[in-house]
Order: sequence, then structure tokens, then C-alpha cells
Amino acid sequence: MTDLCEGGMDDLWSIATLLLQVWFSVMIGLIMIPAMFGLSLGVTSVYIQILVKILEWATLRIQRGHRDQPTLPVPAPLPNGLIQREGGSMEQEMGELRRYRTQSISRGEFALSDSFYFYRKGLESIVDDQVTQRFSSEELVSWNLLTRTNHNFHYISLRLTVIWGLGVIIRYCVLFPLRITLAIIGLSWLVIGTTLVGFLPNRRVKNWLSELVHLMCYRICARGLSATIQYHNKNNKPQKGGICVANHTSPIDIVILANDGCYAMVGQSHSGLMGVIQRSMVRSCPHVWFERSEMRDRHAVTSRLRAHVAAKSNLPILIFPEGTCINNTSVMMFKKGSFEIGGTIYPVAIKYDPRFGDAFWNSAKYNMVSYLLRMMTSWAIVVNVWYLPPMTRQEGEDATKFANRVKSAIAHQGGLLDMAWDGSLKRDKVKEEFKEQQQKMYSSMVVGKKARNSQEPHTESTRR
Amino acid sequence: MGSTNSTLSRIPNVEELMQETGFTPAHIVRLYDRFEALDKEKTGHLRPQDFGAINRLAMNPIGDRIIGSFFSTGQETVDFHSFVRILAHFRPADKNRPKDPSMPQPVNSRTSKLKFAFQLYDQDKDGKISRAELLQVLRSMLEMQVTEEQLESIADRTIQEADLDKDDAISFEEFRKSLEKVNIDHKMSIRFLR
Repeated sequence: MTDLCEGGMDDLWSIATLLLQVWFSVMIGLIMIPAMFGLSLGVTSVYIQILVKILEWATLRIQRGHRDQPTLPVPAPLPNGLIQREGGSMEQEMGELRRYRTQSISRGEFALSDSFYFYRKGLESIVDDQVTQRFSSEELVSWNLLTRTNHNFHYISLRLTVIWGLGVIIRYCVLFPLRITLAIIGLSWLVIGTTLVGFLPNRRVKNWLSELVHLMCYRICARGLSATIQYHNKNNKPQKGGICVANHTSPIDIVILANDGCYAMVGQSHSGLMGVIQRSMVRSCPHVWFERSEMRDRHAVTSRLRAHVAAKSNLPILIFPEGTCINNTSVMMFKKGSFEIGGTIYPVAIKYDPRFGDAFWNSAKYNMVSYLLRMMTSWAIVVNVWYLPPMTRQEGEDATKFANRVKSAIAHQGGLLDMAWDGSLKRDKVKEEFKEQQQKMYSSMVVGKKARNSQEPHTESTRR
Repeated sequence: MGSTNSTLSRIPNVEELMQETGFTPAHIVRLYDRFEALDKEKTGHLRPQDFGAINRLAMNPIGDRIIGSFFSTGQETVDFHSFVRILAHFRPADKNRPKDPSMPQPVNSRTSKLKFAFQLYDQDKDGKISRAELLQVLRSMLEMQVTEEQLESIADRTIQEADLDKDDAISFEEFRKSLEKVNIDHKMSIRFLR
């Protein structure tokens, strides 16, 4: 009996080792090696096409399900808010409110109806406010068979549930282990490779090798996320000695951009695993890592970046001026610090396709590890990257204006909304200045300019 | 899988609420999602601080008053029902409703909207907007931008114009008369997209 059992065990072991060998050779042969050389076997594109077909089918089923059961109300997801907003400025709206009065607005004066404008605006913001919207994930019109994006859909049919169940199995049991393995290989290769290259003397060979190592690792990591990236306008790719500026949706942005070129990363130096990676990366080519204490001193930061940019042989710096992750439907205010360094700015617009997975990192809700796990269990990451023509600061243009100009260009190209709000509003309270601004605008309508008011004392006395 | 139905079933007395306020189930669900988003600590109630977190509201000159209008006197929290009832004032008027004087006014009729706006001014709820109360509103809307004398002269002028029975205060009827030409439904309504 025991002999049989042992025999059975041996068989199991040999089968297991055989499977493992097959697994590894498949991985290395079909995924890693093409990835390292930037080639693609076309498997991913076929996969994406199949996915799209399935998702479209699922959407049709859901729509049909809704039609059959009209009593169930399903609010359609609204990308730009719940309520209709009047587009007029404060002056326009006050003017309309006061139209019934005989005096003209230029005379100023207060009307009891003035408060309605503020009242309505206040209530509108209670029902729905544009800033908070940007920090929650985009609602999809169709459902991409991931429960995490499932807000408004309910049980439609058995077939759909079965497909969904299959999807879960495929994603967690087939795709996820594959991706984890690739990610681990990619990262360890990055550390090992850059450390090895670091031993070489500073020559052109070293730079070339380091670029190669970096590219290979990022490509493997990208495969680890099943990322399909489409680059547009490659002729505008960031050059050495420039600054690359992009909108920020998730930490994966770095992998996405670095798949096509080498950048000098800018960031805070971390401890632990990140720290190991950072330190080894620096060995092969200069990146800019700041200590936490240094980050607070804006001048120190700017001068270090300036020094990096000035050395024309250094790789372009990669900066995300929004300062935080936004949900990829809009671009928030760019912090002017990046635009004060000088040099040429190469703007890049990144747009994720939300059908295949929500790439937005809601740092308030998820930490890095759970975020990466979510990424690795999504269907795929499909991204479009547009390189925009380089921009420089013009004569007489201050950093803020320049930042806004770049932001508009990026928003326009990526089909994102150009928002005036500051990304840090997610965490901080709004400044009193904004309130004062509203009061100023209103007061100029009520009392007019101060000079005008003092010139008409006689009209006031006659009215009394 | 989540569903609208399940959200609706989580709200107690939702039928009554829809009847009273006239919101459709889809609107109620959206408002409930919004309520939950504002209720960060998941207590089921909103406090003034939760409203304060809305940036656009914090920069509104009469933001504090608007927040205050949600909380009836003495109350420190507002639950979902009261939240929806207050917002119902700003629903666009139902055009097809027959005018039946014996039925109580729906919450979003012109009169109700005006009453609600009147309460914004009349904080002590004595049915009249006194000069002091008017000054308070003016002060919030204008703060540092005008002098105290200018504020007072504006208040005096406003009362003069609207005060018909010369009691140096504006009653609700005088308020209503003074605004009879304003398109209240348009200006004091929030239209939901779908």
C-alpha cells in the first residue's frame, strides 16, 4: 500500500516539476524575450479583441434586461455631474434676477433676490460638486464584468453570472499568477541589472547598457500588467536635457512612459523595497531622489533639478505636476514649481481606456499593495499616450500662465476636462481667498466702484 | 451584484419620502449616494462639519446660512429624510399639477420656495426680516469689501422699498410682493440630468 502511495507521490512530484518547467519555458519564450526586445507576438491584441466582443455582448444583455423590466429604475451614469448647471457668470445671473427692477445694475444697489443666486449655487454644490467627482472612479456606461465597477447593475440572467464567474476564475487563477511572476522577474532584473551596470566606468557603453536594462525591465513589468500601450506622435518624444510633464492617474504611469524611452525619475527616497530599487537605479544612471526634509525646501529642489537639466547629456526628467492621482477624466491644476526650472517642456497626455480596468489610484481608499493587486486582477490595461510638441516659457509669461498653457494642451489632446481646481484640495480645505473673491465680485455689483459711489452723494440724499 | 432596488430598500419609508417630495426613485438613489459620500464616518447623520468639507460651499459667502437651513433649531444632526426634504424645495415645479387651493402646497411650489428663501433672512423666525437681520445677510455677502455705513444705507434703502406697512421690517407678504416679477421657479430650482 505504502509503495503505491509513494509511487503516486513520486508521480505527482514529477508531474508538478514538469508543469513548472513548461510554465517557465512558456513564460520565458513567449513573454519575456519578446518583451525584452520590444516585440509582440500579437497575443495581447487578439485577447483584447476577444474581450471587447464579450463586453459588448454583456452590455447588450444588460440593456435588454432593462427593457424587459421597465419598473426597475436605473440611473444612467453621468460623467459630468448630476445636475444641470447654469453657465452664466455671477453678473449675468444677478442681472437676470434683477431684471424686474427699474434701476439699472450699473447703479449698484442690493436686491432681496440677490441671495437666491448664492443659495442656489450653495445647494448645487451640496448635491454634487465637481471636485469630489474627480476623486472617485469614472462610472462606466457598460459593465466590464468586474464587480468593483458595478454600481448600478443587478442580476440580469444566469448566463451573465456564469460568464462573470468564469471571468473571476480566469482573472484570479490564470492571469494573476502569471502577472505576479512577471512582475517579480521584472523588478529583480531591474535591481540586478542596474547594479551590474553600475560597476562599469562612465562611458558611452555604460549609458547604452543602462538604457537597455531599464527598457527591458519596464517592458517586462508592462507585460506583467497586460498593458497595451499605443504611442502617438513619437517624433515629439522627450529629448535629453528636457523635462517631461504628464497627467497623473496612477503609479503605473511611470511604467507606461518608461516603456518607450528612458527618463530620470524624480521623487522621494523611500526605505524598504522601494529604497533598494531606487538605490540600484541610481547606480547606472542619474535619477533625482530627494530626502523628505529636502522636499520642503523648494529652492533646493528647483536648483537640483535645474542642475540636472543643465547637463545636456542627462536623461529627461519625468514630473507629474498635478501632485496627486486624478481619476483620468480631467486634468487638475499644475503646480508651478516644475515650470520654474527652465529648459524645454515636453508635455505628454496619458489616457487609460476604462473599459478594461480602472487604473485610478484612490490613495484615500486603497494602499499601494491592494491597488497593485487590483491592477493585476483586471482584464488588461489599455493606454493611449500622446507626445505633444515641446513648449518653452515665453517672454513675459509667468510660471503659472505657462503651467496653465501646458495643462490645456494636455487636456485637449487626451480628451480630458481642463479643471481649474488644485489637486491638493482633495486633502486640504479651500483657501479663504476664494470666498473673498466671490464677495469682491458681488460687492462690485452692489456698490459699484468706490469712486462712483462717492461722486453721487446728492442722489443718495434726494432719495432719502 | 449591487442594485438600485437594494439601495432603495435600505432607506426606511422611502415610498412616503417620494410621495412627499416628488423625487423619482432614480433621484432618491443618487441623493442617497451623495448623502453617504458626505457622511464620511458612516453615522447615518450629517453634521455641519460634513457640509463644511464641500469646498464650493465653503467659499460661498452665505455658505454657513445654507448649512444652517438644513438643521432645524436645536438639532445638531440631519438624517437622510430631512436632507431630501430640504432639497425638495429646489425641485423644479410640476407644471401639470392642477391648482387645488384646498390641498396643501407642495414643497416645491412658488410659495414654498419663497417661504424657504424668506427663512434664510429671518433667522429668528418671527415672520419678519428686521433691519438687523438684513444687515447680517449683507455683511456675510459683502464682508470686507464695503464700509459699515454703506452696509447700513443699503439695508435702509432695501427696507424702504419693500416695507409697505411702514413697520421698519419686511414681512413675508411684503417679501413676496417685492419679488412677484422674479421667475422663482427658474432661479430657485436645481434640475437633475435624468
